[in-house]
Amino acid sequence: MPSPQRSEFLAGVRAEVPIVIGVVPFGLIFGAVAVGGGDAAGGLTPALAQAMSAVVFAGSAQFIGVQLIAGGAASFVLLLTTLVVNLRHLLYSASLAPYVRHLPLRWRLVLAYLLTDEAYAPTIIRYLEADAPRATGHWFFLGAGLTLWTSWQISTALGILFGAAVPASWSLDFALAVTFIGIVVPALRDRPHVAAALTAGLVAVLTFGWPYKLGLMAAALSGILAGVALESRLGGRGREEAQS
Amino acid sequence: MSDAALVLTIIGMGVITYAIRVSLFLLPEGAHLPDRLLRALRYVPAAVLSAIIAPELLMPGGAFDLSLGNERLLAGLVAILVAWRTRNVLLTVIAGMGVLWALQAL
Repeated sequence: MPSPQRSEFLAGVRAEVPIVIGVVPFGLIFGAVAVGGGDAAGGLTPALAQAMSAVVFAGSAQFIGVQLIAGGAASFVLLLTTLVVNLRHLLYSASLAPYVRHLPLRWRLVLAYLLTDEAYAPTIIRYLEADAPRATGHWFFLGAGLTLWTSWQISTALGILFGAAVPASWSLDFALAVTFIGIVVPALRDRPHVAAALTAGLVAVLTFGWPYKLGLMAAALSGILAGVALESRLGGRGREEAQS
Repeated sequence: MSDAALVLTIIGMGVITYAIRVSLFLLPEGAHLPDRLLRALRYVPAAVLSAIIAPELLMPGGAFDLSLGNERLLAGLVAILVAWRTRNVLLTVIAGMGVLWALQAL
């Protein structure tokens, strides 16, 4: 008989597999772009590219980081951008905290490291299921998180290995933009979100020439303010979605 | 940036990311974020990603280009359409890159 811990862990692994199929191509692209393959103006050493996947372990921040480094951005801009881009993880942390706060500290420290978009989604769904065993749910989280972590490290390594062989005509740097389009468009589920996206896009174009890539910061903050302002004007109709 | 500065920057990025992720796991039971902050946070992904996408489509090479000759804008518009209809990231990437490659081959 398998132990309940073991079966929850394996359930987490199984839930993560379909997500991994979507993530692996981006790990490959990240590795390739990071070392400057396919016309991407990258150029990290292979060791630093892999270190970024292991130390930062946050796909969108890594992609943007590589792009900023190639653009000659200063260190503080990279740190500030990482902060803004990954602020959404504060939501995930808040959302999962009630389920993990009773765990020993070492569990919470490990699970936090594995808290990505892709691990959060199946884990919160598992915790919200009526028949979910609260006592062993963290094993599910661990299974999902480790599966994603392993796939991300391996796909980054393969991207680094073969990235230099990718010809410039592939315009791999554009893969980042279309990936983000695929993420952001389905998330524009109400008018405040559309306002946030349009405002941020417009301000980003207008402030493109600002030094240190600080226009990105101005654009993101303008977009957030526009979304919040419109939501308030509409009377907080989007508020029920905050619970979902 | 020098290699040493790069190493420190990457470590800093990791520390910031981890600090965000671990923050609420370490608070005592019952503690939570203010409602207004949580509401603002929900707009972070849409705002940040759009701020990155827009110049990539409208200013390839750094100059504003709103013409039919702008291959990245056309490919991006197709990608937006596919993302809207299918809600599938991988299909969006395939469509966007496919259109870009087709236009570049013409």
